[in-house]
Amino acid sequence: MVFLFYMLSAIMIISALLIVFNRNPINNVIFLIVCFIAMAGHYILLNAQFLAVVHIIVYTGAIMVLFLFVIMLLNLNKAIIPHKSRATRILAVITGGIFFLVLLAATRQTIEIHPRYPFTSDIGLVKEVGQTLFHEFLLPFEMSSALFIAAMVGAIMFGKKDV
Amino acid sequence: MQALTNRSKVVSDKKMTFIEWIYIPAILKGMSITLRHFFKKKATISYPEQKREFSQVYRGQHVLKRDEEGRERCTACGLCAVACPAEAITMVAAERKPGEEHLYREEKYASIYEINMLRCIFCGDCEEACPKEAIFLTDRIVASEYKRAPFIYGKDILVEPLDLNLRVDVSARQTENVLKFKQNKRFAHNK
Amino acid sequence: MDWTLLIYKTLFLFLILLITLLVAMYSTYGERKVAAFMQDRRGPNRAGPFGLLQPLADGLKMFMKEEIIPLTANRYLFILGPSIAMTTALLTGVVIPWGATITIGGREFPMQIADLNIGILYVFAMVSIGVYGIMIGGWASNNKYALYGAIRAASQMISYELAMGMSIVALVLTTGSLSLHEIVEQQHGMHWNIFYQPLGFLIFLICAFAETNRAPFDLPECETELIGGYHTEYSSMKLGFYLFAEYINMFISSAVIATLYFGGYNMPFIDDIGLSANIVTILGTIFFFLKIFGFIFLFMWIRWTLPRFRYDQLMNLGWKGLIPLSIFNILATGIYYYFTELK
Repeated sequence: MVFLFYMLSAIMIISALLIVFNRNPINNVIFLIVCFIAMAGHYILLNAQFLAVVHIIVYTGAIMVLFLFVIMLLNLNKAIIPHKSRATRILAVITGGIFFLVLLAATRQTIEIHPRYPFTSDIGLVKEVGQTLFHEFLLPFEMSSALFIAAMVGAIMFGKKDV
Repeated sequence: MQALTNRSKVVSDKKMTFIEWIYIPAILKGMSITLRHFFKKKATISYPEQKREFSQVYRGQHVLKRDEEGRERCTACGLCAVACPAEAITMVAAERKPGEEHLYREEKYASIYEINMLRCIFCGDCEEACPKEAIFLTDRIVASEYKRAPFIYGKDILVEPLDLNLRVDVSARQTENVLKFKQNKRFAHNK
Repeated sequence: MDWTLLIYKTLFLFLILLITLLVAMYSTYGERKVAAFMQDRRGPNRAGPFGLLQPLADGLKMFMKEEIIPLTANRYLFILGPSIAMTTALLTGVVIPWGATITIGGREFPMQIADLNIGILYVFAMVSIGVYGIMIGGWASNNKYALYGAIRAASQMISYELAMGMSIVALVLTTGSLSLHEIVEQQHGMHWNIFYQPLGFLIFLICAFAETNRAPFDLPECETELIGGYHTEYSSMKLGFYLFAEYINMFISSAVIATLYFGGYNMPFIDDIGLSANIVTILGTIFFFLKIFGFIFLFMWIRWTLPRFRYDQLMNLGWKGLIPLSIFNILATGIYYYFTELK
């Protein structure tokens, strides 16, 4: 199990780094997919099979397909990176460095958080997820679905000239 | 316009009824048709084992006939070449030397006689034009080749073999009507 | 670790793999025969008796053909495409319960590789990854027809996955489980789900046709418009992988349909005969395969009956026809169970 954990983590980190450093958009998307599948593997290690499969269906199977779709349609074979001046580059490095410092500081100060729901072996199974989602978090769940409806209507409004 | 068959239907653009709109009955109907064909007798003839019978007047590969004594009937008159609409026939005439009477029936014969099988349209006009009943179309099929050159058939292929048993039977094409037609005085070569 | 079970599972895995490949192989033969018979022809009958060796000859041909990778294609993705298509197609068979349990010497051997408690969703996940095989292959070919095919495949699969998922939701409402094994066990004794979910079955069947890219939904590879669609540039065994993956998908979706709606390995009236449990299991597996073959025949039958959809018709059917219908199906099922279970 530990070996699997390290292997999946290594795959995830390497593919995540490749997403950032690779310049070909299609390759980026494919590494992101690899990253997501490795993440689903982590879910399975936590015995959260439902989450793992839903993660694959929703993120890998639907959202990334749309990403790939858009990249294919826009024909972004070669990433056109506009030439930036030296000043912007230096500024970007500084901002990035500061952000990294903040993150580092934040993680150094972490205390052990006691989860509200202690980990049980069946926490990620369908039944548990359903119970939690539809009893305790019913309102946020419904709110998020309302948000999705709003987003869909908004997209249609953008897409159509005269509704 | 008068309908050619009784199966024609007038196309209309009317709104579909509910049954038509859900399409499923129509799909099932189509599927029943295909299933009926599934059990029907097959139309295929498995060629090398089974051969389809040729029609009596099938026009296939030509033959240059010999007469009863084995002499070539062709006299190289060139009427077939003239009649040929595809200009597939060429020939070179030669004079019969003494001592060759057992080979050629007439005093003049074709030393070279070639039909380009790629040009030939198998219309049978050469056969019709021939005054000597020398060329006939038979029910043999022209063999396929890989190159163009072998399709120019010379006398080696066209003239039927000497052996009486291997002679090409064209009796089906020499019916009484044909023979009468050949004697018709209206045609220049019979005058 | 239980070594007997591990060895059994490994052997069973290879057996299922073998059977899947064999069925897919003979599906190509079956397709040609069915097509021929429906068109009053004879079909392949030269290689071996009744042409039974034809799939081997086809496979040999595929292997011997020249392997061409276009110069302008993206080499790695070009190879990755068919690999993904084939792998995901084969992975789906893992969760399907091929039979009940066989008892040998007091030990129970289930005829299923993995009884996941989210079995159906696993099938969905694999199908949704399978799209990448087509998309990546089509894009990497650097050919406009291949790209069109890939885009069509992706949009078609996403559109029909929604309706398929929702028809499954209604089914899950009736069964109360996502595990395929449990769903099959619940259908014991002619309580087949087709009688409870006829509309859901119809939607699922139509979506299964669309998901496997079979006629009348074979727009991603329609020869008349797009040459070969996403596999235009493919040759040799890579093309073979794509074609093979399609037939494996057809086999697996037939198995899933039979499992979900037609009682899986359950046989009617089997309990009344009074056979021993192992024989019942074996008969059940045979019966399950007969059901699968029946659905494969249905797939072929439909293919050689119906013409191809136009693209806008496809999208209309998916978004305006099947999705509202499946939502209605969920609502009706939900309302029914709400009122019947209150009493």
